[in-house]
Amino acid sequence: MNQTDNNLVAIENLFKEFVISGSFLDEITFEKGKLIRKRETVKAVNGVNMNIAQGEALCVVGESGCGKTTIGRLVMGLLQPTRGSIHYAGQRIDDLSRDQLIPYRRKMQMIFQNPYASLNPRKTVNYTLSEPVAYHFPELNKSERAEKVAEVMESVGISPKWGDRFPHEFSGGQRQRISIARALTVDPEFIVADEPISALDVSIQAQVLNLLMDAQEQRKLTYLFITHDLSVVEHFGTRVAVMYLGTLCEFGETKKVFSQPKHPYTKALLSAIPKIRTTESKHIKLNGEVPTPINLPSGCVFHGRCPHATDICKQQIPELDSSDSTHRVACHAIAEGRI
Amino acid sequence: MALLEVKNLDVIFKLRTGDVKAIDNVSFTLEKGERLGIVGESGAGKSVTAFAILNLISKPGKITNGQVLFEGRDLASLDDEQIRDIRGNQISMIFQDPMMTLNPVLTIGNQMVECLQAHRNISKEKAKEIAIEKLKAVQIPSAETRLDQYPHELSGGMRQRVVIAIALLSDPAIIIADEPTTALDVTIQAEILELLLNLCKEFHVGLILITHDLGVVSQVTEKIMVMYAGAVIEQGPTEQIIHQPIHPYTQGLINALPQQTIPGQRLNQIKGVMPSLQDIPQGCAFHPRCEYRQEVCSQQRPTLTQYAERLSACHFSQQFLDK
Repeated sequence: MNQTDNNLVAIENLFKEFVISGSFLDEITFEKGKLIRKRETVKAVNGVNMNIAQGEALCVVGESGCGKTTIGRLVMGLLQPTRGSIHYAGQRIDDLSRDQLIPYRRKMQMIFQNPYASLNPRKTVNYTLSEPVAYHFPELNKSERAEKVAEVMESVGISPKWGDRFPHEFSGGQRQRISIARALTVDPEFIVADEPISALDVSIQAQVLNLLMDAQEQRKLTYLFITHDLSVVEHFGTRVAVMYLGTLCEFGETKKVFSQPKHPYTKALLSAIPKIRTTESKHIKLNGEVPTPINLPSGCVFHGRCPHATDICKQQIPELDSSDSTHRVACHAIAEGRI
Repeated sequence: MALLEVKNLDVIFKLRTGDVKAIDNVSFTLEKGERLGIVGESGAGKSVTAFAILNLISKPGKITNGQVLFEGRDLASLDDEQIRDIRGNQISMIFQDPMMTLNPVLTIGNQMVECLQAHRNISKEKAKEIAIEKLKAVQIPSAETRLDQYPHELSGGMRQRVVIAIALLSDPAIIIADEPTTALDVTIQAEILELLLNLCKEFHVGLILITHDLGVVSQVTEKIMVMYAGAVIEQGPTEQIIHQPIHPYTQGLINALPQQTIPGQRLNQIKGVMPSLQDIPQGCAFHPRCEYRQEVCSQQRPTLTQYAERLSACHFSQQFLDK
């Protein structure tokens, strides 16, 4: 991959399968006089290559079930990849043990989708925010810790006076600010934000997005921003990765992908955004539905729904082309110049 | 006479901590085949309005004032037995999450037949015929075999289509759709919206679409009603409201959409949050968040006033209109 020198996170040939067939005994079946072990897996992520440069906001978009959240969790070390590797600042981190991961936990933080579920309802805001500080900065004394927490609370627009309150005393938008504060208290370099605004109202979404952008500017953060909302990506991301069924279909600078989407799936996704101030919706209809990730389609995973699919699409998996490193696309039809 | 006329509706929830006015003097009309969008943030009273139409407000809530006139009959005064003839029959409802709406232990066919037989005295065979016809109307492929399937065998988009088919079963005059696409992906959302729009046009069904997404209403509806803290603050034809909103809250909602800013810039946010219904500020409920507020706003509550084809509750609407 290019830009190797300033890559903060590099994901190489990443695979993640979830076994759904149950225990060893559940997998054994009797067929034609033989005992056979059959294993069923959900192929959530299939050979993803991605690099996240220092200081950028990389957005991963796709529909539910495309593997975007799994990628976020793999990068954070919350899941173990089946194959492939993840490097953080040049150091391989996917095979580290829990203890070895601790220093990275401080550098990498996560913001979850639902602020109603991600904050402990029995702990005060002060407790929730000072716990990670106490863990990662044991050298700080009590008053220094309180000072740090107050400073972060101030920066996300939550008054430190409210520190003794419990999560249920806050609105959804305020709770999401608190979870952002929790991620920021340990001075991270890299934040994985998994759909941080989709549980919020439109007017609050704008507030939280602005907060995330301000934090990035002030603290020189790098983001992996996971979302299904393309209209947000256009504002937030420097680069965007479009995923379908666990594979990348388009990857490039946000401006280029939005102004000239190449992959048929990206085109369909972009056309589906409800636009205000246009009466006619011109959305591109796709045939059928997303196939099951248990039995992946052969070749290009999108071929069953693609209007341009030919025989080669059914047989051969397309690779991200490398002719333009700022806008790459995985599609046979484009490589052959058919579209 | 309008098909549905809601007049000065008040809904109060009696809580231990005091009375909460969830709906404050809401009035609107819906003509036959008309499509109305109700927009607002969570807690603005959109869903309570819809529930009140069908007399679905349960304790501790109560309709304390006003009328819901459907074909001249006041639904708010009907008893449980009488309302059953209207609910799910002449006015049907589509909810947000199709998995919650459908019964997971009954087949699609069973649920549809049950619904039809509850309202009409027809045989099972005839009911099945109608069910298949409606499944075809919502473009579900191989409708006959779907009847024997359970909800979990269908995808989210297909389930929502089934829910729409159930809503259509008794050829209702009005469909109330409460955030019908919020739980769905964008591509599916676009399909479901187009389907709803086409069905309403084809069968001449009235639609009340409740959503927080202005992009969605602008594509489907003819009229918009914007609610804030339990009250209507702006109402009028979709075109006019989207292009020239005359209430600062509506302006804020439209401007907060990411597509309204140049990529890479800060989004236009409305500062603050909606007040709790127990703690609505004096004067205009929106004034603490409003960028145009003046002294009068904190003292005097603006009334919903007519400006040509629309209504707005702001002291300065005329000025926005003249701009």
